[in-house]
Amino acid sequence: MMHTDYKEDFPLLLHTDATGVKVAYLDNAATTQKPRQVIDAVRTYYERYNANPHRGAYAIAMQVTEAFESVRSKVAQFIGAPDPEHIVFTFGATDGINQVAQSYGEQVVGPGDEILISVAEHHSNLLPWQRLAANKGAALVYLSVDRLGCIRLEELAAKLTSHTKIVAITHVSNVLGGINAIREIAAMAHAVGATLLLDATQSVPHIPVDVQDLDVDFMVFTAHKMLAPAGVGVLYGKKDLLKQMEPARVGGGIVEEVREQRVRFLDAPMKFEAGTQNSEGIIGLGAAIDYLEAVGMERVQAIEHRLMEYALKTLAAVPHIVLYSTGDAANRTGIISFNIAGVHPHDTATILASHAVAVRAGHHCAQPLMAHLGVNATCRMSLYLYNTEEDIRRLADGLSTVREVLGLGT
Amino acid sequence: MGCPPYGRCLALELSDLYSQVIRDHNRSRHNKRTLCDPTVTVPGKNPSCGDEIVLSLTLKDGIIEDAAYTGVGCAISEASVSIMIDLIRGATVAKASELCHLFFRMIGSESLTREELEELDEAVAFSGISRMPARVKCATMAWHTLQVALQNASP
Repeated sequence: MMHTDYKEDFPLLLHTDATGVKVAYLDNAATTQKPRQVIDAVRTYYERYNANPHRGAYAIAMQVTEAFESVRSKVAQFIGAPDPEHIVFTFGATDGINQVAQSYGEQVVGPGDEILISVAEHHSNLLPWQRLAANKGAALVYLSVDRLGCIRLEELAAKLTSHTKIVAITHVSNVLGGINAIREIAAMAHAVGATLLLDATQSVPHIPVDVQDLDVDFMVFTAHKMLAPAGVGVLYGKKDLLKQMEPARVGGGIVEEVREQRVRFLDAPMKFEAGTQNSEGIIGLGAAIDYLEAVGMERVQAIEHRLMEYALKTLAAVPHIVLYSTGDAANRTGIISFNIAGVHPHDTATILASHAVAVRAGHHCAQPLMAHLGVNATCRMSLYLYNTEEDIRRLADGLSTVREVLGLGT
Repeated sequence: MGCPPYGRCLALELSDLYSQVIRDHNRSRHNKRTLCDPTVTVPGKNPSCGDEIVLSLTLKDGIIEDAAYTGVGCAISEASVSIMIDLIRGATVAKASELCHLFFRMIGSESLTREELEELDEAVAFSGISRMPARVKCATMAWHTLQVALQNASP
Protein backbone atom coordinates (compact mmCIF):
# COMPACT_ATOMS: atom_id res chain seq x y z
CA MET A 1 0.00 0.00 0.00
CA MET A 2 0.91 3.61 -0.24
CA HIS A 3 3.41 5.49 1.92
CA THR A 4 2.40 8.57 3.82
CA ASP A 5 5.64 10.15 2.62
CA TYR A 6 4.23 10.68 -0.84
CA LYS A 7 7.56 11.92 -2.22
CA GLU A 8 8.64 8.27 -2.25
CA ASP A 9 6.29 7.73 -5.20
CA PHE A 10 7.73 10.56 -7.32
CA PRO A 11 11.03 9.70 -9.03
CA LEU A 12 11.76 13.29 -10.04
CA LEU A 13 11.48 14.49 -6.45
CA LEU A 14 13.90 11.78 -5.30
CA HIS A 15 16.47 12.57 -7.98
CA THR A 16 19.63 14.25 -6.73
CA ASP A 17 21.69 16.55 -8.96
CA ALA A 18 25.47 16.61 -9.37
CA THR A 19 25.84 18.40 -6.05
CA GLY A 20 23.60 15.96 -4.20
CA VAL A 21 20.60 18.27 -3.97
CA LYS A 22 16.95 17.40 -4.55
CA VAL A 23 14.57 19.97 -5.97
CA ALA A 24 12.07 21.64 -3.65
CA TYR A 25 9.25 21.66 -6.19
CA LEU A 26 6.76 24.40 -5.38
CA ASP A 27 5.32 25.10 -8.83
CA ASN A 28 2.36 22.73 -8.75
CA ALA A 29 -0.14 25.26 -10.08
CA ALA A 30 1.92 25.19 -13.30
CA THR A 31 2.23 21.42 -13.52
CA THR A 32 2.60 18.58 -11.06
CA GLN A 33 5.12 15.77 -10.91
CA LYS A 34 4.10 12.24 -11.90
CA PRO A 35 4.07 9.28 -9.51
CA ARG A 36 5.62 6.02 -10.66
CA GLN A 37 2.11 4.52 -10.76
CA VAL A 38 1.27 6.92 -13.61
CA ILE A 39 4.63 6.46 -15.32
CA ASP A 40 4.19 2.67 -15.11
CA ALA A 41 0.66 2.84 -16.54
CA VAL A 42 1.91 4.80 -19.55
CA ARG A 43 4.86 2.46 -19.99
CA THR A 44 2.62 -0.61 -19.82
CA TYR A 45 0.38 0.93 -22.46
CA TYR A 46 3.35 1.44 -24.79
CA GLU A 47 4.77 -2.00 -24.11
CA ARG A 48 1.55 -4.05 -24.11
CA TYR A 49 -1.44 -2.48 -25.85
CA ASN A 50 -0.54 0.57 -27.95
CA ALA A 51 -3.22 0.79 -30.64
CA ASN A 52 -5.79 3.28 -31.91
CA PRO A 53 -8.93 3.09 -29.76
CA HIS A 54 -12.39 2.65 -31.27
CA ARG A 55 -10.94 1.43 -34.57
CA GLY A 56 -9.41 -2.05 -34.69
CA ALA A 57 -10.90 -5.51 -34.28
CA TYR A 58 -7.69 -7.09 -32.99
CA ALA A 59 -7.02 -7.85 -29.35
CA ILE A 60 -4.88 -4.87 -28.32
CA ALA A 61 -7.17 -2.42 -30.14
CA MET A 62 -10.06 -3.74 -28.10
CA GLN A 63 -7.92 -3.61 -24.98
CA VAL A 64 -7.05 0.06 -25.47
CA THR A 65 -10.67 0.91 -26.27
CA GLU A 66 -11.76 -0.74 -23.06
CA ALA A 67 -9.04 1.04 -21.05
CA PHE A 68 -9.88 4.37 -22.70
CA GLU A 69 -13.58 4.08 -21.94
CA SER A 70 -12.96 2.87 -18.41
CA VAL A 71 -11.06 6.12 -17.75
CA ARG A 72 -14.11 8.02 -18.98
CA SER A 73 -16.18 6.20 -16.36
CA LYS A 74 -13.52 6.82 -13.74
CA VAL A 75 -13.49 10.56 -14.48
CA ALA A 76 -17.29 10.68 -14.31
CA GLN A 77 -17.30 9.00 -10.93
CA PHE A 78 -14.37 11.17 -9.68
CA ILE A 79 -16.23 14.44 -10.33
CA GLY A 80 -19.71 13.15 -9.51
CA ALA A 81 -21.10 13.19 -13.05
CA PRO A 82 -24.23 11.03 -13.51
CA ASP A 83 -22.68 8.90 -16.25
CA PRO A 84 -19.69 8.70 -18.64
CA GLU A 85 -21.64 10.28 -21.53
CA HIS A 86 -21.12 13.63 -19.79
CA ILE A 87 -17.35 13.38 -20.09
CA VAL A 88 -15.55 14.67 -23.20
CA PHE A 89 -11.81 14.18 -23.51
CA THR A 90 -10.03 17.30 -24.73
CA PHE A 91 -6.41 18.33 -25.18
CA GLY A 92 -6.48 20.49 -22.03
CA ALA A 93 -8.57 23.04 -20.15
CA THR A 94 -7.78 25.72 -22.75
CA ASP A 95 -9.06 23.42 -25.47
CA GLY A 96 -12.25 22.68 -23.52
CA ILE A 97 -13.09 26.36 -22.99
CA ASN A 98 -12.37 27.17 -26.63
CA GLN A 99 -14.69 24.37 -27.74
CA VAL A 100 -17.52 25.63 -25.54
CA ALA A 101 -16.99 29.23 -26.66
CA GLN A 102 -16.81 28.35 -30.36
CA SER A 103 -19.68 25.94 -30.34
CA TYR A 104 -22.14 26.61 -27.52
CA GLY A 105 -21.17 30.29 -27.26
CA GLU A 106 -21.61 30.69 -30.98
CA GLN A 107 -25.19 29.40 -30.66
CA VAL A 108 -26.42 31.34 -27.63
CA VAL A 109 -24.61 34.69 -27.63
CA GLY A 110 -25.89 37.50 -29.84
CA PRO A 111 -25.55 41.28 -30.23
CA GLY A 112 -26.17 43.13 -26.98
CA ASP A 113 -25.77 40.00 -24.87
CA GLU A 114 -23.31 39.81 -22.00
CA ILE A 115 -20.65 37.33 -20.94
CA LEU A 116 -19.63 37.63 -17.32
CA ILE A 117 -16.15 36.66 -16.10
CA SER A 118 -13.90 37.69 -13.21
CA VAL A 119 -10.80 39.82 -13.39
CA ALA A 120 -8.88 36.88 -11.91
CA GLU A 121 -9.44 34.56 -14.87
CA HIS A 122 -6.48 32.83 -16.46
CA HIS A 123 -6.07 34.01 -20.07
CA SER A 124 -7.52 30.64 -21.12
CA ASN A 125 -10.86 31.58 -19.54
CA LEU A 126 -10.69 35.13 -20.84
CA LEU A 127 -9.51 35.19 -24.45
CA PRO A 128 -12.09 32.72 -25.86
CA TRP A 129 -14.83 34.95 -24.38
CA GLN A 130 -13.15 38.17 -25.45
CA ARG A 131 -13.07 36.87 -29.02
CA LEU A 132 -16.64 35.56 -28.89
CA ALA A 133 -17.91 38.88 -27.53
CA ALA A 134 -16.06 40.83 -30.24
CA ASN A 135 -17.37 38.55 -33.00
CA LYS A 136 -20.95 38.75 -31.77
CA GLY A 137 -21.18 42.38 -30.76
CA ALA A 138 -21.69 41.21 -27.17
CA ALA A 139 -20.16 42.73 -24.02
CA LEU A 140 -17.51 41.03 -21.90
CA VAL A 141 -18.31 42.18 -18.35
CA TYR A 142 -15.82 41.79 -15.48
CA LEU A 143 -16.34 41.04 -11.79
CA SER A 144 -13.70 42.32 -9.39
CA VAL A 145 -12.20 39.99 -6.78
CA ASP A 146 -11.25 40.06 -3.11
CA ARG A 147 -7.81 39.49 -1.55
CA LEU A 148 -7.97 35.76 -2.36
CA GLY A 149 -9.19 36.19 -5.92
CA CYS A 150 -12.83 35.34 -5.13
CA ILE A 151 -15.76 37.21 -6.63
CA ARG A 152 -18.27 38.95 -4.38
CA LEU A 153 -21.82 37.65 -4.60
CA GLU A 154 -23.34 41.16 -4.20
CA GLU A 155 -21.42 42.36 -7.25
CA LEU A 156 -22.46 39.23 -9.14
CA ALA A 157 -26.11 39.87 -8.25
CA ALA A 158 -25.78 43.45 -9.51
CA LYS A 159 -24.16 42.45 -12.79
CA LEU A 160 -26.35 39.47 -13.69
CA THR A 161 -29.10 40.61 -16.07
CA SER A 162 -31.46 39.09 -18.59
CA HIS A 163 -28.71 39.82 -21.16
CA THR A 164 -26.21 37.59 -19.34
CA LYS A 165 -25.88 34.45 -21.43
CA ILE A 166 -22.71 32.91 -20.05
CA VAL A 167 -20.94 33.17 -16.71
CA ALA A 168 -17.39 31.76 -16.89
CA ILE A 169 -15.59 31.64 -13.57
CA THR A 170 -12.56 29.93 -12.13
CA HIS A 171 -13.15 27.68 -9.13
CA VAL A 172 -9.77 28.63 -7.64
CA SER A 173 -7.61 31.59 -8.67
CA ASN A 174 -4.28 30.38 -10.06
CA VAL A 175 -2.58 33.41 -8.52
CA LEU A 176 -4.31 33.98 -5.17
CA GLY A 177 -5.73 30.54 -4.37
CA GLY A 178 -9.17 31.46 -2.98
CA ILE A 179 -12.08 29.05 -3.52
CA ASN A 180 -15.14 30.63 -5.14
CA ALA A 181 -18.63 29.87 -3.79
CA ILE A 182 -19.71 27.98 -6.90
CA ARG A 183 -22.99 26.54 -5.59
CA GLU A 184 -24.29 30.06 -4.90
CA ILE A 185 -22.85 31.43 -8.16
CA ALA A 186 -24.53 28.64 -10.15
CA ALA A 187 -27.92 29.26 -8.53
CA MET A 188 -27.68 33.00 -9.20
CA ALA A 189 -26.61 32.50 -12.83
CA HIS A 190 -29.40 30.02 -13.43
CA ALA A 191 -31.96 32.39 -11.94
CA VAL A 192 -31.40 34.78 -14.87
CA GLY A 193 -31.20 31.95 -17.39
CA ALA A 194 -27.42 32.13 -17.84
CA THR A 195 -25.15 29.12 -18.34
CA LEU A 196 -22.22 28.60 -15.96
CA LEU A 197 -18.85 27.33 -17.15
CA LEU A 198 -16.52 26.43 -14.29
CA ASP A 199 -12.76 26.44 -14.84
CA ALA A 200 -11.79 23.74 -12.34
CA THR A 201 -8.15 23.53 -13.41
CA GLN A 202 -6.90 24.57 -9.96
CA SER A 203 -9.60 22.84 -7.92
CA VAL A 204 -10.15 19.28 -9.17
CA PRO A 205 -6.54 18.29 -8.35
CA HIS A 206 -6.73 19.74 -4.83
CA ILE A 207 -10.23 19.55 -3.32
CA PRO A 208 -13.27 17.27 -3.66
CA VAL A 209 -15.42 18.51 -6.57
CA ASP A 210 -18.91 17.23 -7.37
CA VAL A 211 -20.47 18.67 -10.52
CA GLN A 212 -24.02 17.76 -9.53
CA ASP A 213 -23.65 19.22 -6.07
CA LEU A 214 -22.21 22.45 -7.56
CA ASP A 215 -24.81 22.34 -10.36
CA VAL A 216 -22.41 23.69 -12.99
CA ASP A 217 -23.41 23.48 -16.66
CA PHE A 218 -19.93 23.04 -18.08
CA MET A 219 -16.69 22.29 -16.28
CA VAL A 220 -13.15 21.96 -17.61
CA PHE A 221 -9.87 20.82 -16.12
CA THR A 222 -6.52 19.53 -17.26
CA ALA A 223 -4.73 16.29 -16.45
CA HIS A 224 -1.14 17.47 -16.13
CA LYS A 225 -1.92 19.52 -13.03
CA MET A 226 -3.24 16.38 -11.26
CA LEU A 227 -0.32 13.95 -11.56
CA ALA A 228 -1.15 12.85 -15.13
CA PRO A 229 0.52 13.49 -18.50
CA ALA A 230 0.10 16.74 -20.45
CA GLY A 231 -2.07 17.02 -23.54
CA VAL A 232 -5.26 15.68 -21.95
CA GLY A 233 -8.14 17.57 -20.47
CA VAL A 234 -11.75 16.96 -19.55
CA LEU A 235 -14.88 18.83 -20.53
CA TYR A 236 -17.94 17.99 -18.47
CA GLY A 237 -21.28 19.19 -19.81
CA LYS A 238 -24.90 18.68 -18.85
CA LYS A 239 -26.47 16.24 -21.26
CA ASP A 240 -28.89 18.60 -23.02
CA LEU A 241 -26.14 21.17 -23.53
CA LEU A 242 -23.75 18.64 -25.04
CA LYS A 243 -26.58 17.37 -27.22
CA GLN A 244 -27.31 20.88 -28.46
CA MET A 245 -23.63 21.67 -29.20
CA GLU A 246 -22.13 21.19 -32.65
CA PRO A 247 -18.57 19.84 -32.69
CA ALA A 248 -16.10 22.75 -32.81
CA ARG A 249 -13.63 20.49 -34.62
CA VAL A 250 -14.59 17.92 -37.23
CA GLY A 251 -12.68 14.95 -38.58
CA GLY A 252 -12.23 11.24 -38.11
CA GLY A 253 -13.90 9.20 -35.40
CA ILE A 254 -16.96 11.38 -34.76
CA VAL A 255 -19.37 10.40 -37.49
CA GLU A 256 -22.24 8.04 -37.91
CA GLU A 257 -22.32 8.58 -41.66
CA VAL A 258 -20.56 10.84 -44.16
CA ARG A 259 -21.79 11.52 -47.68
CA GLU A 260 -20.18 13.82 -50.22
CA GLN A 261 -22.26 16.82 -49.14
CA ARG A 262 -23.51 16.01 -45.66
CA VAL A 263 -22.66 14.37 -42.37
CA ARG A 264 -24.45 12.84 -39.41
CA PHE A 265 -22.43 12.97 -36.20
CA LEU A 266 -22.26 10.44 -33.40
CA ASP A 267 -23.82 11.43 -30.08
CA ALA A 268 -21.88 13.18 -27.33
CA PRO A 269 -19.24 12.64 -26.13
CA MET A 270 -17.84 10.96 -29.24
CA LYS A 271 -18.84 13.79 -31.60
CA PHE A 272 -16.40 16.11 -29.81
CA GLU A 273 -13.40 13.80 -30.04
CA ALA A 274 -12.28 14.22 -33.64
CA GLY A 275 -8.90 12.78 -34.56
CA THR A 276 -6.86 10.15 -32.78
CA GLN A 277 -7.00 10.84 -29.07
CA ASN A 278 -4.10 10.96 -26.63
CA SER A 279 -4.65 7.40 -25.36
CA GLU A 280 -1.43 7.23 -23.36
CA GLY A 281 -2.32 10.49 -21.63
CA ILE A 282 -5.85 9.33 -20.91
CA ILE A 283 -4.59 6.05 -19.48
CA GLY A 284 -2.14 8.05 -17.37
CA LEU A 285 -5.06 10.16 -16.17
CA GLY A 286 -6.85 6.99 -15.08
CA ALA A 287 -3.82 5.97 -13.02
CA ALA A 288 -3.60 9.47 -11.54
CA ILE A 289 -7.24 9.33 -10.44
CA ASP A 290 -6.60 5.90 -8.87
CA TYR A 291 -3.67 7.42 -6.98
CA LEU A 292 -5.66 10.43 -5.76
CA GLU A 293 -8.62 8.27 -4.73
CA ALA A 294 -6.36 5.91 -2.80
CA VAL A 295 -5.14 8.95 -0.84
CA GLY A 296 -8.62 10.47 -0.74
CA MET A 297 -9.39 14.00 -1.88
CA GLU A 298 -10.39 15.07 1.64
CA ARG A 299 -6.97 13.96 2.78
CA VAL A 300 -5.24 15.76 -0.12
CA GLN A 301 -7.03 18.92 0.93
CA ALA A 302 -6.14 18.41 4.58
CA ILE A 303 -2.45 17.86 3.78
CA GLU A 304 -2.31 21.06 1.76
CA HIS A 305 -4.22 22.97 4.40
CA ARG A 306 -1.75 21.96 7.10
CA LEU A 307 1.20 22.88 4.85
CA MET A 308 -0.44 26.23 4.03
CA GLU A 309 -0.73 27.12 7.70
CA TYR A 310 2.98 26.44 8.02
CA ALA A 311 3.82 28.30 4.79
CA LEU A 312 1.85 31.41 5.69
CA LYS A 313 3.53 31.58 9.08
CA THR A 314 7.01 30.86 7.71
CA LEU A 315 6.85 33.24 4.75
CA ALA A 316 5.39 36.06 6.84
CA ALA A 317 8.63 35.97 8.86
CA VAL A 318 10.86 36.48 5.79
CA PRO A 319 12.36 40.00 5.82
CA HIS A 320 11.09 42.37 3.09
CA ILE A 321 8.45 39.93 1.83
CA VAL A 322 5.24 41.31 0.33
CA LEU A 323 2.39 38.77 0.45
CA TYR A 324 -0.45 39.31 -2.04
CA SER A 325 -2.81 36.58 -0.87
CA THR A 326 -2.93 37.53 2.80
CA GLY A 327 -4.87 36.05 5.68
CA ASP A 328 -5.12 32.55 7.13
CA ALA A 329 -5.38 29.20 5.38
CA ALA A 330 -9.20 29.06 5.38
CA ASN A 331 -11.16 28.77 2.12
CA ARG A 332 -8.10 28.53 -0.10
CA THR A 333 -5.83 25.99 -1.71
CA GLY A 334 -2.04 25.90 -1.46
CA ILE A 335 -1.11 28.97 -3.52
CA ILE A 336 0.76 32.04 -2.24
CA SER A 337 1.81 34.98 -4.42
CA PHE A 338 4.55 37.22 -3.12
CA ASN A 339 7.45 39.51 -3.95
CA ILE A 340 10.59 40.64 -2.17
CA ALA A 341 10.44 44.43 -1.81
CA GLY A 342 12.57 46.20 -4.40
CA VAL A 343 13.30 43.01 -6.32
CA HIS A 344 11.83 41.87 -9.60
CA PRO A 345 10.19 38.41 -9.31
CA HIS A 346 12.35 37.00 -12.11
CA ASP A 347 15.46 37.82 -10.14
CA THR A 348 13.92 36.28 -7.03
CA ALA A 349 13.04 33.09 -8.94
CA THR A 350 16.53 32.90 -10.45
CA ILE A 351 18.14 33.19 -7.03
CA LEU A 352 15.76 30.56 -5.63
CA ALA A 353 16.69 28.31 -8.56
CA SER A 354 20.29 28.42 -7.41
CA HIS A 355 19.01 26.85 -4.18
CA ALA A 356 17.09 24.25 -6.25
CA VAL A 357 13.80 25.78 -5.15
CA ALA A 358 11.28 25.82 -8.01
CA VAL A 359 8.67 28.59 -8.01
CA ARG A 360 7.00 30.47 -10.81
CA ALA A 361 7.63 34.15 -11.54
CA GLY A 362 5.70 36.27 -14.00
CA HIS A 363 2.14 37.31 -14.73
CA HIS A 364 0.81 33.72 -14.45
CA CYS A 365 -1.28 34.22 -17.62
CA ALA A 366 -3.47 36.57 -15.59
CA GLN A 367 -2.49 40.06 -16.75
CA PRO A 368 -5.81 41.74 -15.87
CA LEU A 369 -5.42 40.44 -12.30
CA MET A 370 -1.83 41.76 -12.17
CA ALA A 371 -3.19 45.17 -13.18
CA HIS A 372 -5.91 44.81 -10.51
CA LEU A 373 -3.20 44.07 -7.91
CA GLY A 374 -1.10 46.98 -9.22
CA VAL A 375 1.95 44.85 -10.01
CA ASN A 376 3.72 43.74 -13.19
CA ALA A 377 4.43 40.27 -11.94
CA THR A 378 4.72 38.16 -8.81
CA CYS A 379 6.44 35.05 -7.55
CA ARG A 380 4.10 32.19 -6.77
CA MET A 381 4.61 29.10 -4.68
CA SER A 382 2.03 26.35 -5.04
CA LEU A 383 1.77 23.14 -3.04
CA TYR A 384 0.69 19.58 -3.62
CA LEU A 385 0.30 16.53 -1.42
CA TYR A 386 3.96 15.52 -1.71
CA ASN A 387 5.39 18.79 -0.43
CA THR A 388 6.88 18.99 3.04
CA GLU A 389 7.65 21.61 5.66
CA GLU A 390 11.29 21.26 4.61
CA ASP A 391 10.41 22.43 1.06
CA ILE A 392 8.82 25.52 2.57
CA ARG A 393 11.80 26.14 4.88
CA ARG A 394 14.12 25.94 1.86
CA LEU A 395 11.95 28.51 0.10
CA ALA A 396 12.09 30.85 3.09
CA ASP A 397 15.86 30.38 3.49
CA GLY A 398 16.41 31.08 -0.22
CA LEU A 399 14.24 34.19 -0.04
CA SER A 400 16.28 35.51 2.85
CA THR A 401 19.37 35.69 0.59
CA VAL A 402 17.76 37.52 -2.33
CA ARG A 403 18.44 41.14 -1.44
CA GLU A 404 22.01 40.40 -0.45
CA VAL A 405 22.77 38.72 -3.80
CA LEU A 406 21.50 41.84 -5.57
CA GLY A 407 23.58 44.14 -3.38
CA LEU A 408 20.50 45.65 -1.72
CA GLY A 409 21.55 44.84 1.84
CA THR A 410 19.95 42.16 3.99
CA MET B 1 23.40 11.28 -17.76
CA GLY B 2 22.51 14.82 -18.68
CA CYS B 3 21.59 17.65 -16.43
CA PRO B 4 19.04 17.25 -13.66
CA PRO B 5 15.56 18.49 -14.46
CA TYR B 6 15.95 21.82 -12.75
CA GLY B 7 19.14 22.63 -14.67
CA ARG B 8 21.17 23.48 -11.61
CA CYS B 9 24.47 22.43 -13.17
CA LEU B 10 23.73 24.53 -16.27
CA ALA B 11 23.22 27.71 -14.36
CA LEU B 12 25.73 30.48 -14.11
CA GLU B 13 27.10 31.11 -10.69
CA LEU B 14 24.90 33.76 -9.11
CA SER B 15 27.89 36.01 -8.58
CA ASP B 16 28.57 35.93 -12.33
CA LEU B 17 24.95 36.61 -13.23
CA TYR B 18 24.52 39.36 -10.69
CA SER B 19 28.04 40.75 -11.07
CA GLN B 20 29.14 44.02 -9.49
CA VAL B 21 28.59 45.99 -12.70
CA ILE B 22 25.06 44.62 -13.14
CA ARG B 23 24.20 45.27 -9.50
CA ASP B 24 25.58 48.81 -9.74
CA HIS B 25 23.63 49.67 -12.87
CA ASN B 26 20.47 48.10 -11.50
CA ARG B 27 20.72 50.30 -8.41
CA SER B 28 22.04 53.55 -9.87
CA ARG B 29 19.07 54.40 -12.14
CA HIS B 30 21.06 57.32 -13.63
CA ASN B 31 19.63 56.57 -17.09
CA LYS B 32 16.10 56.06 -15.82
CA ARG B 33 14.35 59.35 -16.56
CA THR B 34 12.19 61.12 -19.12
CA LEU B 35 13.83 63.07 -21.96
CA CYS B 36 12.40 66.55 -22.60
CA ASP B 37 12.14 66.44 -26.37
CA PRO B 38 13.08 63.00 -27.68
CA THR B 39 13.41 62.37 -31.42
CA VAL B 40 12.21 58.82 -31.09
CA THR B 41 10.48 56.85 -28.33
CA VAL B 42 10.02 53.09 -28.60
CA PRO B 43 8.48 50.60 -26.17
CA GLY B 44 10.22 47.28 -25.64
CA LYS B 45 8.32 44.34 -24.26
CA ASN B 46 9.35 41.05 -22.72
CA PRO B 47 6.26 38.94 -23.39
CA SER B 48 7.30 36.16 -21.04
CA CYS B 49 6.96 38.43 -18.02
CA GLY B 50 4.91 41.38 -19.30
CA ASP B 51 7.67 43.83 -18.45
CA GLU B 52 7.98 46.93 -20.54
CA ILE B 53 10.67 49.55 -20.84
CA VAL B 54 10.39 52.64 -23.00
CA LEU B 55 13.57 53.83 -24.69
CA SER B 56 13.91 57.45 -25.85
CA LEU B 57 16.67 58.93 -27.99
CA THR B 58 17.47 62.53 -28.86
CA LEU B 59 19.22 62.63 -32.22
CA LYS B 60 20.98 65.50 -33.93
CA ASP B 61 22.94 65.26 -37.20
CA GLY B 62 23.19 61.50 -36.96
CA ILE B 63 24.47 61.59 -33.38
CA ILE B 64 22.67 60.21 -30.32
CA GLU B 65 22.92 63.30 -28.12
CA ASP B 66 21.03 61.74 -25.24
CA ALA B 67 19.20 58.58 -24.34
CA ALA B 68 17.11 57.43 -21.36
CA TYR B 69 14.54 54.86 -20.37
CA THR B 70 11.45 54.51 -18.21
CA GLY B 71 9.49 51.45 -17.11
CA VAL B 72 10.09 48.41 -14.99
CA GLY B 73 12.19 45.35 -15.54
CA CYS B 74 14.23 42.80 -13.66
CA ALA B 75 17.78 43.51 -12.52
CA ILE B 76 19.15 42.01 -15.72
CA SER B 77 16.98 44.01 -18.10
CA GLU B 78 17.34 47.31 -16.24
CA ALA B 79 21.11 46.89 -15.96
CA SER B 80 21.28 45.98 -19.63
CA VAL B 81 19.40 49.06 -20.80
CA SER B 82 21.41 51.30 -18.49
CA ILE B 83 24.76 49.95 -19.71
CA MET B 84 23.57 50.25 -23.31
CA ILE B 85 22.59 53.89 -22.85
CA ASP B 86 26.01 54.72 -21.39
CA LEU B 87 27.55 53.10 -24.46
CA ILE B 88 25.49 54.83 -27.14
CA ARG B 89 25.25 58.31 -25.66
CA GLY B 90 27.33 60.51 -27.97
CA ALA B 91 27.71 57.78 -30.59
CA THR B 92 26.64 58.02 -34.22
CA VAL B 93 23.59 56.07 -35.35
CA ALA B 94 25.91 53.90 -37.45
CA LYS B 95 28.07 53.17 -34.42
CA ALA B 96 25.06 52.27 -32.28
CA SER B 97 23.86 49.85 -34.97
CA GLU B 98 27.28 48.28 -35.01
CA LEU B 99 27.18 47.86 -31.21
CA CYS B 100 23.77 46.17 -31.49
CA HIS B 101 25.22 43.75 -33.97
CA LEU B 102 28.21 43.06 -31.73
CA PHE B 103 26.01 42.54 -28.67
CA PHE B 104 23.80 39.98 -30.43
CA ARG B 105 26.88 38.17 -31.71
CA MET B 106 28.21 37.96 -28.16
CA ILE B 107 24.85 36.70 -26.79
CA GLY B 108 24.79 34.12 -29.58
CA SER B 109 28.03 32.73 -28.11
CA GLU B 110 30.18 33.84 -31.06
CA SER B 111 33.74 34.48 -30.04
CA LEU B 112 34.57 38.15 -30.42
CA THR B 113 38.02 39.67 -30.83
CA ARG B 114 39.54 41.56 -27.94
CA GLU B 115 38.92 44.84 -29.78
CA GLU B 116 35.27 43.95 -30.27
CA LEU B 117 34.86 43.05 -26.61
CA GLU B 118 36.49 46.33 -25.65
CA GLU B 119 33.93 48.16 -27.75
CA LEU B 120 31.13 46.52 -25.78
CA ASP B 121 32.80 47.67 -22.58
CA GLU B 122 30.55 47.00 -19.55
CA ALA B 123 28.03 45.13 -21.74
CA VAL B 124 30.41 42.14 -21.70
CA ALA B 125 28.91 41.52 -18.26
CA PHE B 126 26.15 39.66 -20.18
CA SER B 127 28.51 37.42 -22.14
CA GLY B 128 27.59 34.34 -20.07
CA ILE B 129 23.82 34.84 -20.22
CA SER B 130 23.38 32.24 -22.96
CA ARG B 131 24.06 29.65 -20.28
CA MET B 132 20.86 30.81 -18.61
CA PRO B 133 18.35 30.62 -21.48
CA ALA B 134 15.41 31.81 -19.38
CA ARG B 135 17.14 35.16 -18.89
CA VAL B 136 18.48 35.85 -22.42
CA LYS B 137 15.40 37.91 -23.33
CA CYS B 138 15.96 40.09 -20.25
CA ALA B 139 19.45 41.00 -21.47
CA THR B 140 18.49 41.52 -25.12
CA MET B 141 15.25 43.47 -24.70
CA ALA B 142 17.06 46.83 -24.55
CA TRP B 143 19.11 46.13 -27.66
CA HIS B 144 16.14 44.93 -29.69
CA THR B 145 14.34 48.11 -28.69
CA LEU B 146 17.35 50.17 -29.76
CA GLN B 147 17.34 48.48 -33.17
CA VAL B 148 13.72 49.47 -33.69
CA ALA B 149 14.41 53.00 -32.48
CA LEU B 150 17.30 53.41 -34.90
CA GLN B 151 15.18 52.11 -37.77
CA ASN B 152 12.37 54.51 -36.88
CA ALA B 153 14.82 57.40 -36.61
CA SER B 154 16.37 56.92 -40.06
CA PRO B 155 13.63 55.88 -42.46
